[in-house]
Amino acid sequence: MSLFAHQIRADQLVFWRNRESAVFVFLFPVLLFVLLSIVYSGEYRGRPVTDYLVPSLITYGVANTAFGGLAIILVVRRELGILKRIRATPLPSWMYLSATLCSTLLVFTLQAAAIMALGRLLYDWHLPSEWPSLFAAFLLGAICFAGMGFGAASLIRSAEGASAVVNVVTLPMAFLSGGFGPTRDYPEVLQAIADALPLTYLVDIVQGIVYDGKPIWEQPGAVAVLLAWGLAGTLIAARLFAWEPRER
Amino acid sequence: MAAAVDVRGLRKSYGDHEAVRGITFRIEEGEVYCLLGPNGAGKTTTIEILEGYRARDAGEVTVLGLDPGRRDRTLRERMGVVLQHSETWPQVTVAETLRIYAGYYRDPRDVDEVIELVGLEEKRDARIKILSGGQKRRLDLGLALVGNPDLVFLDEPTTGFDPQARRNAWEMIRGLRALGKTILLTTHYLDEAQQLADRVAVLRDGVIVTEGTPAELVASSRTEIRYRENGEVKIVETDEPTRALHELTSRAVAQGRELEALEVRRRSLEDVYLELLREDVT
Repeated sequence: MSLFAHQIRADQLVFWRNRESAVFVFLFPVLLFVLLSIVYSGEYRGRPVTDYLVPSLITYGVANTAFGGLAIILVVRRELGILKRIRATPLPSWMYLSATLCSTLLVFTLQAAAIMALGRLLYDWHLPSEWPSLFAAFLLGAICFAGMGFGAASLIRSAEGASAVVNVVTLPMAFLSGGFGPTRDYPEVLQAIADALPLTYLVDIVQGIVYDGKPIWEQPGAVAVLLAWGLAGTLIAARLFAWEPRER
Repeated sequence: MAAAVDVRGLRKSYGDHEAVRGITFRIEEGEVYCLLGPNGAGKTTTIEILEGYRARDAGEVTVLGLDPGRRDRTLRERMGVVLQHSETWPQVTVAETLRIYAGYYRDPRDVDEVIELVGLEEKRDARIKILSGGQKRRLDLGLALVGNPDLVFLDEPTTGFDPQARRNAWEMIRGLRALGKTILLTTHYLDEAQQLADRVAVLRDGVIVTEGTPAELVASSRTEIRYRENGEVKIVETDEPTRALHELTSRAVAQGRELEALEVRRRSLEDVYLELLREDVT
């Protein structure tokens, strides 16, 4: 078994064994999907509301898992000294970080699959005809938000503060950008704030695919904004990422 | 014999503070070498430079023939590290944690063998979060050994231990020595250095103030003669105790008086150590 596969297996073991991370990072978006699908009923833009909710809650999963979950894991491991100890082993640092990224993407993939399966089971939801574009959008979103996750982990100083900071960012962001439901009736000021948030652009791409049949490559503006955010996060991490505890 | 660690003129500053001010030492293969000194003496800075965590400002350093500053994977294959503070995932068991780390090395030790070596057989399948502080420290040692290293760094391995746990840890470290490992140990406990080390370097304010075997450190010390005269304690320190004592006693006998509370003793390593820490470093 290669070292990379070994590390992904180790990361998966650690992730699922920790009930808090399994519940909060994996299950929370799935639970929110079930709750919101009960609250919202009827149609949106002439289609069953589930057509909106399934992909939108998956975009919240992107923010929650690829950004928030990743950032929290990295900060906690740094402050516990786990990252520092890893640096003394032969495992190359780049391999450790890319395995952490892949492990996070794997959790996100399972989460997205769970939301889609529940949509199918409870509301007879079906994949749109442009599903390859939709999956590409999810993957692009997850990678860009993971870049921001690495950046955020580099900025957050304490393990205690990590989940508070992450939730203060992701929950309002998902609410404003349409991850939890349509925002067309929101006050203008909130919509203006939403325009500054990266998740809004991912939600836009997904809406474009689902409602307007516009594949991802016909939405280069939103894709560029997402990539810019992801790149910004990665650059911050490249400069400030630390392997040793900050609070000692 | 080849040197496992060779340090010459090592220097390291943090901002204005010079933590290590030009130190030189050499550790032979199979030797247990101890950096002894109070907190802030530069022990951790030194060991972390050798482990590859910190860049040095000046000096030449080789560890197993390689420059630790280059962070070679081949070097990390051959060294084990016990950090001063580091934890592992609380929800994972002892055996699982060791298996994860064993997977990082080309030629790891058997996990159950390591568990036995550090005496965690009864906690093999227990999650880390229920282990006591001493048991966690043993796991730290196990994680440092699972790669079957030639060289082991132990940064204050017994700080915060009760006396029994400390003795157990000493036994384990002696066991490593018997396996032929080279060990660099830092401590601020004198008895630990005395019990474990083949050679000791006393570090103070970033400088090695003395170096030698524990016996040499004591041997270089002077003998102390104490007695009371007119209710006052007199202390004579001498390198020639026979002559000094003879002079003292013959004078007392000639004057027909008794040397009250007469005591002759070799100063202990503790006296030597405390004196070294008091002296001005110039």
